[in-house]
Amino acid sequence: MSKTAVSTWAAPRLPEESVMKYEAVIGMEVHVEINSKSKVFCACPTDFHAPPNTNVCPICLGMPGALPVLNRDMVDKSVAVGLALNCKISRWSKMDRKNYFYPDLAKNYQISQYDLPLCHGGSIEIEVDGETRRIGITRAHMEEDTARNTHTLGGGQSGIDFNRSGVPLLEIVTEPDIRSAAEAYAYLTALKQILQYLDVSDCNMEEGSLRAEANISIRPEGRAEFGVKTEVKNVASFSGVQKAIDYEIARQEKVLREGGVIVQETRGWDADRGITVSQRLKESAHDYRYFPEPDLPPIVVDESWENRIREGLPELPAPRKKRLESQYGLSAYDAHVITLSKPVADYYEAVVAAGADPKKASNWLMVELQALLSAAKLEIQACKIGPEALAALLKLIDTGLISGKIAKEVLVEMFDSGLPPDTIVRDKGLSQISDTGAIEAAVKQVIDASPEQVAQFKAGKDKVFGYFVGQVMKATRGKGNPQLINDILRRELEG
Amino acid sequence: MTMDWYWKSASEISAAVRSGVVSASDITEAQLRRIDEVDGRIDAYTQRWDDTARAMAAKVDKKASRGEALGPLAGVPVGLKELLCTRVGKTTCASKMLEHFRSPYDATVVKRLEAADAVFLGKVNMDEFAMGSSTENSAIKVTRNPWNLKCVPGGSSGGSAAAVSAGECAISLGSDTGGSIRQPACLCGCVGIKPTYGRVSRYGLVAFASSLDQIGPLTRTVEDAALTLNVICGRDEMDATSADLPVPDFTGALTGDVRGLRIGLPKEYFTEALSEPMRERIEQAVDAYRANGAEIVEVSLPCSEYAIAVYYIICTAEASANLARFDGVRYGFRHPEAKTMQDMYVMSKSAAFGPEVRRRIMLGTYVLSSGYYDAYYLKAQKVRALIKKDFDAAFEKCDVIAGPTSPTASFEFGAKSDNPLEMYLSDIYTISVNLATLPGISIPCGLTDAGLPVGMQLMARPFEEELLLKTAHFYEQNRGFDMGRPPIA
Repeated sequence: MSKTAVSTWAAPRLPEESVMKYEAVIGMEVHVEINSKSKVFCACPTDFHAPPNTNVCPICLGMPGALPVLNRDMVDKSVAVGLALNCKISRWSKMDRKNYFYPDLAKNYQISQYDLPLCHGGSIEIEVDGETRRIGITRAHMEEDTARNTHTLGGGQSGIDFNRSGVPLLEIVTEPDIRSAAEAYAYLTALKQILQYLDVSDCNMEEGSLRAEANISIRPEGRAEFGVKTEVKNVASFSGVQKAIDYEIARQEKVLREGGVIVQETRGWDADRGITVSQRLKESAHDYRYFPEPDLPPIVVDESWENRIREGLPELPAPRKKRLESQYGLSAYDAHVITLSKPVADYYEAVVAAGADPKKASNWLMVELQALLSAAKLEIQACKIGPEALAALLKLIDTGLISGKIAKEVLVEMFDSGLPPDTIVRDKGLSQISDTGAIEAAVKQVIDASPEQVAQFKAGKDKVFGYFVGQVMKATRGKGNPQLINDILRRELEG
Repeated sequence: MTMDWYWKSASEISAAVRSGVVSASDITEAQLRRIDEVDGRIDAYTQRWDDTARAMAAKVDKKASRGEALGPLAGVPVGLKELLCTRVGKTTCASKMLEHFRSPYDATVVKRLEAADAVFLGKVNMDEFAMGSSTENSAIKVTRNPWNLKCVPGGSSGGSAAAVSAGECAISLGSDTGGSIRQPACLCGCVGIKPTYGRVSRYGLVAFASSLDQIGPLTRTVEDAALTLNVICGRDEMDATSADLPVPDFTGALTGDVRGLRIGLPKEYFTEALSEPMRERIEQAVDAYRANGAEIVEVSLPCSEYAIAVYYIICTAEASANLARFDGVRYGFRHPEAKTMQDMYVMSKSAAFGPEVRRRIMLGTYVLSSGYYDAYYLKAQKVRALIKKDFDAAFEKCDVIAGPTSPTASFEFGAKSDNPLEMYLSDIYTISVNLATLPGISIPCGLTDAGLPVGMQLMARPFEEELLLKTAHFYEQNRGFDMGRPPIA
């Protein structure tokens, strides 16, 4: 009897290289600038578009002897984000110092959160190709932004603008649950939507108020262990993130298929060339020497604080979408599009509240008004047409005063001038002609002038009817009530 | 009439100025003459603000002439430690790094003193960035002990202690991270109190170790210490660690006797590490309490032996981050030959920080490094908690703890400066108070045979400065001898 068990384990046979399919594993790190009025540790305004180094003080400049004091509004807003992302809120958390040297870091340490983040263990639902997936949120923690370095072209001189130093940042980290670039895009969209609903950030990626980094690795499909990951930075848009991830997945796959190994590193996205470029090997990565920030007491968010924030939360996009479907009978698609942006959803509900038919309101908002907004590159908040005015326009169609076609013209006028629809209709004489006598006269005139077509119609060529409608419309300069024109024409031609 | 105003206490000066017996300007002139006379030998002052002092005094006198009420420190001459931020003059921290640095703002304590009508005479010397126990680590100058010019004044607030002791100001502000107020006060024969952590705002105190630093006064009398605390204590919105507690009238607490007061003597403080003359004087002081009805009990602080090790892990860790900002980017020294970013950091810091500062930055960086954090920093924090527990237990048995401030009286220049570890032992009795965030005071209790001052340290529970001051004051009034004045007088 052998005393030691003989190992019967053998390495599983890998599928042939040519048929091996890879699966991507992606985790996202998003830095969001929180729109508090003042910076996270001092009273300076957060508007960093001001002239360089004007919104600064001894604290955000890291002057000797200056001390940080945590902005309560930042904690409020961070808790709100945590709750909206289904996170647990730490009853007791703390700030830590993250030590590294760089000229844009005033104190040469960043005040951040290390092992006890304010929010942890949450999740967010995303939808890709009609399928819903849940992405885990590892943590969301508070920290301060750095200053901004600028360099003269060709080098030689560098400047630092400390206006951004100390701007409140929330870093939101996901679990490695994302499996494709499309899912990453959907995650960012869903996250941005939530942040905008909470009104805690303007989420402008071009301006850097939302910055996304992706940790990407690939592994043979079906395998549990993760591959070596790379971190992709420097992406300035959501579609850029999608492209960068797609590129990086393909790059890693090519490396592996050619028998190479993935190196753990940070890679920058070069949007012009559409490729990622190696920036820093992880081996030379910093030892940040984190330790608890002694200048700040622990952050204690008790139940009543958490509840106060919870009660103040707005209706979030997912439940609102469901409500719009059931309350107004909207399609899932329409409800989705309308709830993408909170201002649009608010606008929509205001139009309906002003008496408009929900379905028509949805069509006019999403098709006609949206086209005008897109062409003018305007957000709905800046639109001169208020929800009541749009409802009033729809009412003019319902009551038959104008046709849908005319209404589109009126909408353009409203969009440009901001005048109410009835004023425009009156001033431009656009009201629909529903006067039977006037239309009968026009019909007679058209019939008299078109003996040939009358003959054709009488011979059974029904298609000619459209010709008569067009001619009468022309005669009434488009204002004739279409239904009335139809009725009278039929009566005259068939009678 | 020539009176030695510079030897008067702050309370006497303030009372005289407020009652119109003397003008703030006269006090200031007398004080400036005194500095002219002795500071060439002491070298306590690193910056003299004669014009500022005269202008501040004139402002106080003008207020008086208009019949306006004067503040509690009316006309009182004050010296400020080099690491307190002031818009006037420079804030050098006695370092080449900040040799030309001017702060854009005033520290909270500086504002409070000014609002109390004090007069600033200038800034006083210290160990570079408050790292040291003899002021020998100053990059500016050597400050001597007024009791013996061959001896150190202690440190890091050596300039503060020497200036007060030599009659060069009535009050000076110091800072205490591991004993930097109490030890020099002990070595120079004056009173020095480190308030409870959080009692005094640290805003504008250039940080050494943020969880340990505390500002406090050095004075010639306990009453003056109480008077100064009345002005500088209290919540400050600019310092999140400042305590939101009411500030009692500390001078009003200086009454009554010590009958029934339980004074604890930690057995760990009376070992062979304590030099004989120190032990004798402290025991005599304790006898004075006993004779007046205090109950003397033995207590134990078993973790004391770890205090120095814990302290030099925590303070260096915090210092390594606090001093990182001195990088030559925005202010301070930038090496003129540095061509790259890396060079700017390395060359500027190497050239502008002294050896002790560099040593502590390196130690602190090491104990926080990945792989060492748990073994050093985290363990030190755990032992720090145990040290605090020791005190909690001791304060079950007593109300005030008494012991030595320093293991020895002052020593000659160079005696310990080549051996950092021996120098670190100078703070063996003071460090635990910082680690446990307690208030502690050093009061003079006699001279050695060599004529050097000996100090007794008293400690109390957090925020019990009233009891601490009362106990110290009682001894001061009943010690039965006069400390006299240093020979330089």
